[in-house]
Amino acid sequence: MKLLVCISKAPDTTSKISFTENNTKFNEAGVQYIINPYDEWYALVRALELKETLGGTVTTITVGKADNEPTIRKALAIGADDAVRIDAEASDALAVAKQIADYVKNNSYDIIFCGKETIDYNGSQVGGMIAELLDLSYVSLASKLEVNGNTATLERDIQGGKEVVETNIPFVVSCAKGMAEARIPNMRGIMAARTKPLQVLPGSEAPKLTEIVAYSLLPEKAGCKFIDAENPGELFQLLHNEAKVI
Amino acid sequence: MATDRFQAPDYYLLDDLLTDEQKLVRDTVRAWVKKEVSPIIEDYSQRAEFPKQLIGGLAEIGAFGPYIPQEYGGAGLDQISYGLIMQELERCDSGLRSTASVQSSLVMYPIWKYGNEEQKKKYLPKLATGEMIGCFGLTEPDHGSNPGGMVTHFKDAGSHYILNGAKMWITNAPIADIAVVWAKNEQGRIHGLVVERGMEGFTTPETHGKWSLRASATGELVFNNVKVPKENLLPNKSGLGAPLGCLDSARFGIAWGAIGAAMDCYDSSLRYSKERIQFEVPIASFQLTQKKLAEMITEITKAQFLTWRLGVLRNEGRATTAQISMAKRNNVHMALTIAREARQIHGAMGITGEYSLMRHMMNLESVITYEGTHDVHMLITGMDVTGISAFRNDGK
Repeated sequence: MKLLVCISKAPDTTSKISFTENNTKFNEAGVQYIINPYDEWYALVRALELKETLGGTVTTITVGKADNEPTIRKALAIGADDAVRIDAEASDALAVAKQIADYVKNNSYDIIFCGKETIDYNGSQVGGMIAELLDLSYVSLASKLEVNGNTATLERDIQGGKEVVETNIPFVVSCAKGMAEARIPNMRGIMAARTKPLQVLPGSEAPKLTEIVAYSLLPEKAGCKFIDAENPGELFQLLHNEAKVI
Repeated sequence: MATDRFQAPDYYLLDDLLTDEQKLVRDTVRAWVKKEVSPIIEDYSQRAEFPKQLIGGLAEIGAFGPYIPQEYGGAGLDQISYGLIMQELERCDSGLRSTASVQSSLVMYPIWKYGNEEQKKKYLPKLATGEMIGCFGLTEPDHGSNPGGMVTHFKDAGSHYILNGAKMWITNAPIADIAVVWAKNEQGRIHGLVVERGMEGFTTPETHGKWSLRASATGELVFNNVKVPKENLLPNKSGLGAPLGCLDSARFGIAWGAIGAAMDCYDSSLRYSKERIQFEVPIASFQLTQKKLAEMITEITKAQFLTWRLGVLRNEGRATTAQISMAKRNNVHMALTIAREARQIHGAMGITGEYSLMRHMMNLESVITYEGTHDVHMLITGMDVTGISAFRNDGK
């Protein structure tokens, strides 16, 4: 099987978030990047598991500049066979999806894996857009994936239960928690990653349909107010007059 | 033990000086430690038991002989990567780091540097995978800071050597499959011999009752007319310089490891002092707490740069024994001081196993003594800058 895993970088969850240029740009100073956890823990690891049981290859694809390469090397250290970096700005979801779709048109794959979302912008759009651009079926937010011959069976967590979906290969899947268990690379993997191929390709023309106008941080959490259990009237007063929710 | 919430301090953006591979190696070990070791280490330490099940994982993450060439089963990494691995292991527990640094620097290193090709092929690959665990016998009951006075000796008995003597305070001794033992020949010259478990007359009684390095196995090596095959003598170096060369490598790892312990104490202190409320405010708002925290991060930052530079010098083959000595002394003392201050910030909670501080503090009491005591390292620096040895006097 030829498996393609979309990998993007995301700020480490402990990063301090701030903005520059009048709140229109994310301040990258001092930010450590990691592989987007949904891409790494679930998409990449499930692809590796399928390769280990069914044979084949796992390629990662990243849209972005050279500063993505440390995270790509980590994906190779975890076990991907080779990597592709499309040398273009990952300006919005459609721009990324278009680059990946254009690459796949010339290099067919059986399954294209995405994480369910990146943990910075939480767009959750790229997988669906790739599927649409390639006219493939798309299963979003899957927590389980089994392949039998030409058919894949997937599970999705839905309100109050699970949904089981079947589709034919090829298809695009976005992977959620439950799909696999995170792997820590070992030293053999890190050493092997030194020499695994990382192909850098020029980006194709891609539309840029959205623009970020401004960022803002969430308001700081207000302190807790304690109300005497014997005095429910005060609670109603506060909810009505201060919080204005009733 | 509570969830491992460790966040590494990097006040002067030292990460910018590390290569991507060095960071990947470090982050890998950090992730492994958080997942596999942090949840269990306190329990093993309290019970004074070595967590043997971690040996396979230590090998997987490259903690055994990371700088040994790949042809002998090592990872072929540079010295800074080795240091970072030691830092991350000791961030969790000095005992864990001790197991790895003995295996790497005191067992694999002498076999790699002083052994012949057959010895390297026989032992190194198995030591790298953890299939074989090794220990290092230099210190004796009456010869600690003065190893050259050792009495363990061997005689040529024609087809083999006969080894007699005893070694003490040996990390990994009770679990070791092989021991690299330093002993004098009939001419009084020190040589290294590989002694294998199972050789008649070789025993490894465990040292009990330690208040330090409780999650690491320590013991003695006792040699009672042990027949050692001649091919087990390390042929390529002899004299006291041979074991001291191993100690250079191990002390370099300790200098990094101590930073890990200090980082953990600082990180825990910073978090605790912001969460702990007294007089209606976090204790981090008090000047005396801030003084402790400010001094901690200053000392950690200084130690990080000292040690990074030492790593560069070692990669270039230019680090001197005296430079390594300075880093070991400075960093371990720094870590021990920080552990004690961190314990104070945590108040009564600091004495429980809920936090790692007291364990670090007790562990570091060994680390400040083994592989050259704090005082001996001071004398090494003194001798290096003055050209006058102060190790010996006439006893009056």
